[in-house]
Amino acid sequence: MRGGRTLRVVVTTAVALLLVVILWEGYKWMGGQTDDQWPGTSIGLPTTTDDLTMPHATDIVGELFEEVRDGRARLPLYLFLLKKGWYTFQEAAIGFTFGLAIGMGLAILMLRWRVVERGLLPWINVSQTVPLIALAPIIVTWGRLHDLPDIFSISLIATYLTFFPVAVSALRGLQSPDAAHLELMRSYAAPWRTTLFKLRLPAARAYLFPALKLAATLSVVGAIVGEISIGTKTGLGRAILEYAQRYAVSPERLYAAVLGAAVLGLSVFGLISLAERLVMKRAEGTQHADEVVA
Amino acid sequence: MSQPVASEVAVVVSGVHKVFNVDSADEVTALSDIDLTIGAGEFVSLIGPSGCGKSTLLRLIGDLLTPSVGEVTVFGKPAHAARLDQDYGMVFQHAGLFDWRRVAANIELPLELRGWSRVDRAARSAEMLELVRLPEFGGHYPRQLSGGMQQRVSIARALSFQPKLLLMDEPFGALDEMTREHMQLELLRIWRETGTTVVFVTHSVSESTFLSSRVVVLSARPGRIHSIVDVDLGDRTDDTREDPAFFAKATEVREALRGRGGAR
Repeated sequence: MRGGRTLRVVVTTAVALLLVVILWEGYKWMGGQTDDQWPGTSIGLPTTTDDLTMPHATDIVGELFEEVRDGRARLPLYLFLLKKGWYTFQEAAIGFTFGLAIGMGLAILMLRWRVVERGLLPWINVSQTVPLIALAPIIVTWGRLHDLPDIFSISLIATYLTFFPVAVSALRGLQSPDAAHLELMRSYAAPWRTTLFKLRLPAARAYLFPALKLAATLSVVGAIVGEISIGTKTGLGRAILEYAQRYAVSPERLYAAVLGAAVLGLSVFGLISLAERLVMKRAEGTQHADEVVA
Repeated sequence: MSQPVASEVAVVVSGVHKVFNVDSADEVTALSDIDLTIGAGEFVSLIGPSGCGKSTLLRLIGDLLTPSVGEVTVFGKPAHAARLDQDYGMVFQHAGLFDWRRVAANIELPLELRGWSRVDRAARSAEMLELVRLPEFGGHYPRQLSGGMQQRVSIARALSFQPKLLLMDEPFGALDEMTREHMQLELLRIWRETGTTVVFVTHSVSESTFLSSRVVVLSARPGRIHSIVDVDLGDRTDDTREDPAFFAKATEVREALRGRGGAR
């Protein structure tokens, strides 16, 4: 049963990937035939399809196995990206952890005191309207002023993106138990904290996990944007920045690096999904016993 | 069916008024002039049209709401103290089980909050599952059970710490007719076996007549006690539902609901 499910995921993923490659190459081929115009018209295609703009999928994959320099060592690009990705992953993970803690903390505060919810929630919403790219240099400057390592500032930027979905969905989840559940706990004379741990937090999980998946991918975005705006010497963001500057020479390399970022995003998404299955599996009842006499 | 034993009194509601949204435009008097004494071991139904405040009255007894005027005592102490002492168990219309807990863990929840040991909890929940005749379902999750089975678990949870009073708010309202009639008999059996006092809110005339030793008929807006119908039909069985004496009592309750019959 479980094996069949894994197989299905693998097959679906492979088919989806193949489809993307076919679309990419098909579009590129069509552009080549029609001089970058929609067939039968003189309307230009949204992007040109030459090898500089759209390298062949095979070239992008091939690029992953080209040797690049990493300090004094030389190693294939995919290993290089894996190394940089690991660094970025750590930043994202720290950012995510802080974001989770802050988001949960805010949600519990807002749950406990209505006043806090009314006062804080608008600001939490406003916080996400500030463009990250504008905020990043401020955080970096502030961090360096206080002699904090850059990795801390980068993680903080990831935290900034992460805490929001956590706070909002956790609050909704904590408020999700219905009146009967709350009355039940009241009939047991359960103090607020007991109700939180026995009822509200378990009930919030179903709301929290979708947000955590979003938050995890956002933490990667935050870490990469952070790296780029800080100008660190390592990480996927650094690689992307470097390859963007050499785009004219080898566009495949930038695409490969972007691919690496996408894989990292998918990996953290997968990690949270795995955690979700571990935590929620017990609660999922799929088999019904309606046929049993009530 | 036992009549209230004068010596032991479970619930006393005296001179109670309940007003919601005091001093605002939507102020509404839910209950007015409520006096009611329920003896230990009685099975009393509260019936009335929707909006008559029967659920409100139940919640006043359980101290989930506080009366605006008047007072409620449960086993001789104020309702608030009785709640803190967990003197009653409560069953709602929807079972209100926690989806993430297995059936046994749901039944053990109140025991867990009282700090019972794991062993004692397991022993009691097994006992309770026997009582509600679901002995093999302790390891299931609520969603794997039918509505009727979930409601049995909810009753088992309410009785797990052996309260002397059981408050039930339309517990069978969401069940189909067949299941409902079956559950009524089961509830009466449990009531006889445990000797618990039951206060049962319903809007079904036949249900209240079938189950209760006394039916309290409320009228709406503001909610008042219109009359109290004594029901003495002996031990109920499925045959009771077709007994002329049962029909006569049901008619009496129905007439009272329509505002006829002797107002107290």
